[in-house]
Amino acid sequence: MSATTGAIGSAIPQQRGGVLQTLRDSRVVAKRNLRRMTRIPEIVVFGMLQPVMFVLLFTYVMGGAIAVPGTSNDPNAYKQYLMAGIFAQTVTFATAGASAGIAEDMTKGLVDRFRSLPMARSAVLVGRTMADLVQTALTLVVLALVAFLIGWRVHKGLLDALGGFLLLLLLGYAFSWIGALIGLSVRSPEAATSAGLVWLFPLTFLSNAFVPVSTMPGWLQAIAYWNPFSATVQGVRQLFGNLPPGQHETHWTMEHAVGVSVGWSLLIIVLFSWLSVRKYRSAVG
Amino acid sequence: MAAVAISAEGLVKSFGDVRALDGVDLDVPEGTVLGLLGPNGAGKTTTVRVLTTLLKPDAGRAVVAGVDVLKNPNQVRSLIGLSGQYAAVDEYLTGRENLQMVGELYQMSARDAKARALELLEWFNLSEAANRTAKTYSGGMRRRLDLAAALVVRPPVMFLDEPTTGLDPRNRMALWEVIETLVEQGTTLLLTTQYLEEADRLAHDIAVVDHGRVIARGTADQLKAQIGGERIEVVVQLPTDLEPALAALTPYAKGEPTVEPHTRRITVPISGGARVLADVIRELDGRGIVLHDIGLRRPTLDDVFLSLTGHATLGDDDENADQSADAARAGRKDS
Repeated sequence: MSATTGAIGSAIPQQRGGVLQTLRDSRVVAKRNLRRMTRIPEIVVFGMLQPVMFVLLFTYVMGGAIAVPGTSNDPNAYKQYLMAGIFAQTVTFATAGASAGIAEDMTKGLVDRFRSLPMARSAVLVGRTMADLVQTALTLVVLALVAFLIGWRVHKGLLDALGGFLLLLLLGYAFSWIGALIGLSVRSPEAATSAGLVWLFPLTFLSNAFVPVSTMPGWLQAIAYWNPFSATVQGVRQLFGNLPPGQHETHWTMEHAVGVSVGWSLLIIVLFSWLSVRKYRSAVG
Repeated sequence: MAAVAISAEGLVKSFGDVRALDGVDLDVPEGTVLGLLGPNGAGKTTTVRVLTTLLKPDAGRAVVAGVDVLKNPNQVRSLIGLSGQYAAVDEYLTGRENLQMVGELYQMSARDAKARALELLEWFNLSEAANRTAKTYSGGMRRRLDLAAALVVRPPVMFLDEPTTGLDPRNRMALWEVIETLVEQGTTLLLTTQYLEEADRLAHDIAVVDHGRVIARGTADQLKAQIGGERIEVVVQLPTDLEPALAALTPYAKGEPTVEPHTRRITVPISGGARVLADVIRELDGRGIVLHDIGLRRPTLDDVFLSLTGHATLGDDDENADQSADAARAGRKDS
């Protein structure tokens, strides 16, 4: 229907469609979100400060009082034990960034702008979660340096250590999809920040992150062992060589921690990206 | 007869109990401007959201630039430009980055998107601010950037949702000039506004919307004829001056003057505008009548509504209706 294009020369490019367009559009959105991070460095800096604070508080305030079974009161043992938990907790906090960012885009009308463009429907969310992944990786690097300075060490090879960080990033990426769904579901960025954080505390504490599961009541142990978060922490301890020498976790999820962690993360990504993209399509800003 | 660029038939959309659209019918011939005029909560924005693929209607049919909005939304998206009520730009990106991003998401190559961004920045007088983040822009500059974003691909059909709400008169005029240029170049435009003056100046045709329905349709002149012309309102200082003032005004009246003793106000229909106002002031002054207030009053949106529906428009009731529509919208789950 050429008549409807009117007198002006049309500069409308053809649509590619498919996976390639999704990747390209996602990259454009990710670039936008990364640029925002450089313009609001406070967010990145405070995002780094929080886990650093946790490391120092847990190590120096509580560390002395928490005995890791099987380490015969080695003062250095809790540091080694703790770090995987802090790393994992840090990557899950990416959830709050994604939920606040997307909620802000919704309230500022940017999501309307994006939804009126001939772009891939998933790109706004994929681009957001990819940018968050970059931020999470940066935070992990800084956190690992701080941990190194206070005496934490990797006791395995480079490949294992790399594997540990990949496991953490995969969990962080999965959790940012949960954040995306929260951001699309709440009504304000402020609500999104709280909603993105509040459930993370029980989730991360009902696990092996800060204390051994064997010290919990039996019914809580079952929850802690099946917590996706625990599998990642255990997997990372294995890959970093940070397992307490005298401790033998015999629960199935702990014996296959790396596999269970990857499985959980992939499951979360598939489920929450599907839910989020569905929600985004019908979003009412 | 020109082709139809935008058409809607029987659009219905409810948010909970609120029927935001109650059977909207529209058609906009190619190359013309339709002004959608109505108060907050009348259904203007909902209509735009349906036509721009942001919202699925419960019932009805819409075709934009020859493409069915419900069947091929993504094709429609590449043929339209949308500029919303609040400037939808990323305030932490620069003007140039904002436009370039939009261009790339319209599937332009990075190079084309950049060139087009620079071109638009220049056209909208934003070249000097091109590399500053939009956060530093004034309200008028943001609105211009938002409009520029809607123009990135020179879309044949554009939707402007209250483009000048909240702008000062100078920025409003500047934006009107841009919009007029677009229309001269052949763009079809659907414009929503609360301002009769804006619809009057920009739109070929006006559709008045209330409670989710089009209640009147016509040119600005046709609508004005329905709601009467200009009036002079005089408020005298002393109640005893009411009668002498009425006597002085009567020769200028083009209709029956109304007198409100309670507020010491006289309203007289006139024609001739400011010139007559000046004469009236001299006349009253010459008779030694002390004025508390005097003014020339032109028909407003309130007058349009009062005459078309018998109820005032921007009162509390409609504000509340608008809020409940918003609340219903915010609480709505997946459709």
